[in-house]
Amino acid sequence: MPENATLKEDRRSEVIELNLGPHHPSTHGVFRAIVELDGEMVLDVVPYLGYLHRGYEKTCENKRYHQVIPLAERCDYMGASSNSLCFCLCVEKILEVEVPERAQVIRVMMAELSRIFSHLFWLGTHGHDVGAMTPLFYMLREREEIMNLFELTAGGRLMPNYLRIGGLIRDLEEGFVDRLRAFTNHFDRRVDEYETLLTKNPIYMDRTQGIGVLPLADAIALGASGPMVRGSGLQWDIRKSEPYCGYESYDFDIPVQSGCDVYARYLVRVQEMRESNRILKQAVERLPEGSVRAVKPGVIFPPQEEIYHKMEALIHHFMLVVEGVKPPEGEYYQVIESPRGEMGCYLVSDGGPQPYRLKWRAPAFVNLECLALMSRGQFFADLIAILSSIDIVLAEVDR
Amino acid sequence: MGIERHLNDTVHVTNLEWFVNWARKSSMWPLGFGLACCALEMIATFVSRYDLARFGMEVARPSPRHADLMIVSGTASKKMLPAVLRIYEQMAEPRWVIAMGACACTGGIYKNYAVVQGIDRYLPVDVYVPGCPPRPESLMDGILQLHAKVMREQSIHNPRTFEIKKGA
Amino acid sequence: MNQLEIGDKLLDKFGLEVIETPATFRDQMTLTVAADKILAVCKFLKEDPELAFDFLSFVAGVDRHPAKPRFEVIYQIKSLKHNHRFRIKARIDESETEPATIDSVFSIWRTADWHERETAEMFGIVFRNHPDPRKLLLPEEWTVHPLRKDFPLFGTEKDTPDLPA
Repeated sequence: MPENATLKEDRRSEVIELNLGPHHPSTHGVFRAIVELDGEMVLDVVPYLGYLHRGYEKTCENKRYHQVIPLAERCDYMGASSNSLCFCLCVEKILEVEVPERAQVIRVMMAELSRIFSHLFWLGTHGHDVGAMTPLFYMLREREEIMNLFELTAGGRLMPNYLRIGGLIRDLEEGFVDRLRAFTNHFDRRVDEYETLLTKNPIYMDRTQGIGVLPLADAIALGASGPMVRGSGLQWDIRKSEPYCGYESYDFDIPVQSGCDVYARYLVRVQEMRESNRILKQAVERLPEGSVRAVKPGVIFPPQEEIYHKMEALIHHFMLVVEGVKPPEGEYYQVIESPRGEMGCYLVSDGGPQPYRLKWRAPAFVNLECLALMSRGQFFADLIAILSSIDIVLAEVDR
Repeated sequence: MGIERHLNDTVHVTNLEWFVNWARKSSMWPLGFGLACCALEMIATFVSRYDLARFGMEVARPSPRHADLMIVSGTASKKMLPAVLRIYEQMAEPRWVIAMGACACTGGIYKNYAVVQGIDRYLPVDVYVPGCPPRPESLMDGILQLHAKVMREQSIHNPRTFEIKKGA
Repeated sequence: MNQLEIGDKLLDKFGLEVIETPATFRDQMTLTVAADKILAVCKFLKEDPELAFDFLSFVAGVDRHPAKPRFEVIYQIKSLKHNHRFRIKARIDESETEPATIDSVFSIWRTADWHERETAEMFGIVFRNHPDPRKLLLPEEWTVHPLRKDFPLFGTEKDTPDLPA
């Protein structure tokens, strides 16, 4: 400004209320927020949810237990197989059904592939939000390989619908294990490639270090879980603290960072991808022979071949499809570690063929509560980076 | 012989309508309108494996003012429907709609109080692409069918209207 | 601590007028608590050093129509320090004039904010002293509560219209 220019003394600034969304390129779906801005500084963020509310919980009360599985998969469409795993484990616990070991190992494979799948997309879109356009295309190339694997299991690229109550719908195809082994062999080098793009990049570090700080006490009070708390220093992973599906026998570490900011969460998720790859390698080596579904006539579907030859199998299959499985009366809460945090399925059964109440504890819904706390006092451009670091999936938030 | 030999295949003779339709379908810019799971398959169609850029469509604008094609990918919930209609109104004519996925076509597996049972109740849909989610090849087939439809349009002497339907 | 020990500790502290029937199913215990004492019980659950339930997984509602009392409010809690989980529930009812009410546990676990907003709009339960009792997921003009058992799955043209009137 020139020396002899004068500033108006009575300049005043007003608070702007900016509407973000629901149609916005950076909000990862139909998310709406009213942001109060003082210039470029965020004073408050108030999310307005419900733009993808699809009545999931009410619909599940009107479906048979097996019909809930595809509905559950579409709840968190990034890592679809974890959702059906949570639901199937819950029902199996109520029914007291033991899943055979081969099915458990394959389920772990699917869960870890879903985790890598979800984290890859997060990494790509997070980079895109912060300004790095290249990682997105690399991630999508990787995701195509994983989608090929999903397609080999049960035909669906995104939502394979592979799990059933009691095990899996059918055994793995011929080339699956070889392709998975090839994938795990080269995936570590790919993660190194992605890290060279972002981790030590000075622009990325400037944009994410010190941004969106979530102190641990606040994180726990607000119910955050998954990489949100692991990035704030708490070593908590449900696969270690409340193991399911045989996770206690796998050798893996939990990545923890103490930075509490966006950069810490990024490091946690990248390391989680490597750990998932480690679990996948162990699962591929230990895959035992055996059946892929439990045997409990009248409750679990009989094997497909038996239906063509045995009368009882045919009748049981018919009754299960027409009437559905009827778990005993009771309630159960099953948790798993989804890519976003603690995912839980609270099921109340009344002895009938339809769930009486299905409550889905969605991690993205609860993690999103932290947004307001993390963004106050930050610049508006950083708000987008913080929002992407929470890793929300709107279908899960709104159900 | 005659004038054709002198022109050396550098001139294409056609009518104005064909020319306008050809220009429209060759650079139809989609609006990146991903609502739910189908958005992931739409993104997969855009990138290198299935590559929508060969059809001149890689410019996916978030702003409706710049876009020609609205690919409604995902479930339109009743809370979102006013926003969808508002965005459709903001698009400049000519504008086309593809209903991608079962939820956009008919409501999909969500037959309940919260979901609009097919956005064709309100928007004039040109192509329906079924699937849950449809494979990228499916979506590309739908887009190519839309291109063929655009080529058949009588855009000059009998132009169509692009309006939101009144009532369900 | 296992589920039985937690249940016993609560019973010792509050007695049978407050703690009603414990029910155990597949090694998870659910304890029914008198609805007017829910704040005191939750405070004890969080602050007692042996229990230390500092993490609230969710707050949900269940409609038991036509049984009376009609609604159950479920609180699923976890202790990160001791790595144990527990579930308590409170039963509340509504009359023709008054909606079902219960105290909000926002003052104990801040995460209850959005859970209670969702439960309130889905069931019609009112949470006393909730800091921000607006609708969360449903459109603002709607006045119905979809997760009730007597609400039809498909909604009605009048109550759940496609477009606001």
